[in-house]
Amino acid sequence: MGISIDIVRKVARLARLTLTADEAALYQSQLGTVLDHMADLSSVDAAGLAGTLAAPVPADVLREDSPEPFEAREELLANAPEREGSYFKVRKVL
Amino acid sequence: MSPDLSASGIAAGVGAGRLSAAEVLETRLARIRELDPRIRAFLKVHEDSARCRARALDERRAAGGRLGRLAGVPIALKDNIHARGWETTCGSKILQGFRAPFDSEVVERLMREDAVLVGKTNLDEFAMGSSTENSAFFPTANPWDLDRVPGGSSGGSAAAVASGMVPAALGSDTGGSVRQPAGFCGVVGVKPTYGLVSRRGLVAFASSLDQIGPLTATVEDAALMLSVAGGHDPKDSTSSPRPLPDYAGSLSGGVRGLRIGLPREYFTGGAHPETEKLVREGVASLERLGASVVEVSLPHTKHAISAYYVIAPCEASSNLARFDGVRYGVRARGGLSLEEDYAVARGSGFGPEVKRRVMLGTYALSAGYYDAYYGRAQKARALIRRDFEDVFGKVDVLATPTSPATAFRFNEKAEPMAMYLADIFTITANLAGIPGISVPCGLTQGLPVGLQFLADSFREDLLFRSAAALERERPFPVFPFAEGAGQGPRHEPA
Repeated sequence: MGISIDIVRKVARLARLTLTADEAALYQSQLGTVLDHMADLSSVDAAGLAGTLAAPVPADVLREDSPEPFEAREELLANAPEREGSYFKVRKVL
Repeated sequence: MSPDLSASGIAAGVGAGRLSAAEVLETRLARIRELDPRIRAFLKVHEDSARCRARALDERRAAGGRLGRLAGVPIALKDNIHARGWETTCGSKILQGFRAPFDSEVVERLMREDAVLVGKTNLDEFAMGSSTENSAFFPTANPWDLDRVPGGSSGGSAAAVASGMVPAALGSDTGGSVRQPAGFCGVVGVKPTYGLVSRRGLVAFASSLDQIGPLTATVEDAALMLSVAGGHDPKDSTSSPRPLPDYAGSLSGGVRGLRIGLPREYFTGGAHPETEKLVREGVASLERLGASVVEVSLPHTKHAISAYYVIAPCEASSNLARFDGVRYGVRARGGLSLEEDYAVARGSGFGPEVKRRVMLGTYALSAGYYDAYYGRAQKARALIRRDFEDVFGKVDVLATPTSPATAFRFNEKAEPMAMYLADIFTITANLAGIPGISVPCGLTQGLPVGLQFLADSFREDLLFRSAAALERERPFPVFPFAEGAGQGPRHEPA
């Protein structure tokens, strides 16, 4: 099947990845090969499968929403590349 | 003291005061110093903290305290599992400098039973890969042949156990990442049922598939590790509340009357003839002990690779969106906008395989392609799961090769699709949520072959019963570098 370089560029934008021209060309070829392999999915016969798409574990696992203090607040903030006091610092967005 | 002592042996000895945790640790640290420059299983060895811990355990024992089930057992962690205060790199440059602000649930459980954590092991970046060549730092070598890969993505953990640097390690298995390296390195590796082991503090790759599992030298040790690591965690919503059975008790159960299925689709020329022969011999030895063996069919296996390589990258593209250089990792500057800063940080911080999978997942989830890929992959997954449900009505366990062939050479699988196909026998268990174990079943041309047992959800007891019987019948190959083994690596590294 193959995908166009424009699609590769568009997907990279959606995924927030800057790619070099070489990378884009490489992924165009490699993703094309992988997607060709996946053509077999079009022959999946899922008739009569409705209702059996359940997750492997039950979803009724809600617990009380009771807040607990997180003891390592400073360790968490220490990982920030840039911070101001107890805030993560980001660029101005507005 | 021999470095070949098992985790169970160490725990019994230290618990009874016959062994000192500090001495046990020093033996292993000496082995790491001797061998790891060549094998490179560890990203970081935390000698000081391990020594402190071992000394404290010995003091507690000397003061009359009772020690836990992993008393003094040196354990390595795959470096995508958090231990508070230690770096978690995930084998990636993008997390540079990140220190875990909390312990993972599995680490809390190991520590409660008095284990000694020695360090973090190498992995394919964000656990994406089957060779540990995708680590952003360096590849790890297979202790059986230093020119070959240890498998992956938990290659560092497998190599550390296979060379006797630690008796036990934890890895994570999203499509075979514990079982395949265990097979390549001649150790035991378990992928537990989805939900059996908490994933709190495991960096998420593909959340509907990821499970933490142990790598050990013996089946008994795998059962011990799982009995400590498993169990309900209210802080992981996918964690099962079901109490753990007594795995140690299942080891001596034997296989008389056990029904073993050989899935036709796993024995149709996909595997190397020598691998298939050793697996069949292993199964035949269990048949002689009274197990019955029948051929069965899992007809939707043919869709497994495609389903997996849609679902896992889709989930990864979503999970890895959090790595943007704001709360941790490397901050990019100088783009025209915040979004450009994200793209620069991610474009330079992620390695090629991670970018490839994020791209693949983003593509498959994007408008116009969702139904053709993700939707169909989910249906294929449901059919694969139903295949297993049907077959576990007829047999107790399935036996298959863990991988199509033995450990391959570095750079042998440079094309992504060739690497993906190496997972063909392991990914079905993740898609179906069922447990699997890889156990050594012999050597071919000096390299270990893994036999995989699969069972229905929460039937790890059947896996341990089968694997322990095989271990008694066909004792595992002696590790390379073992004392008196008379064999070093077959090749020095290039």
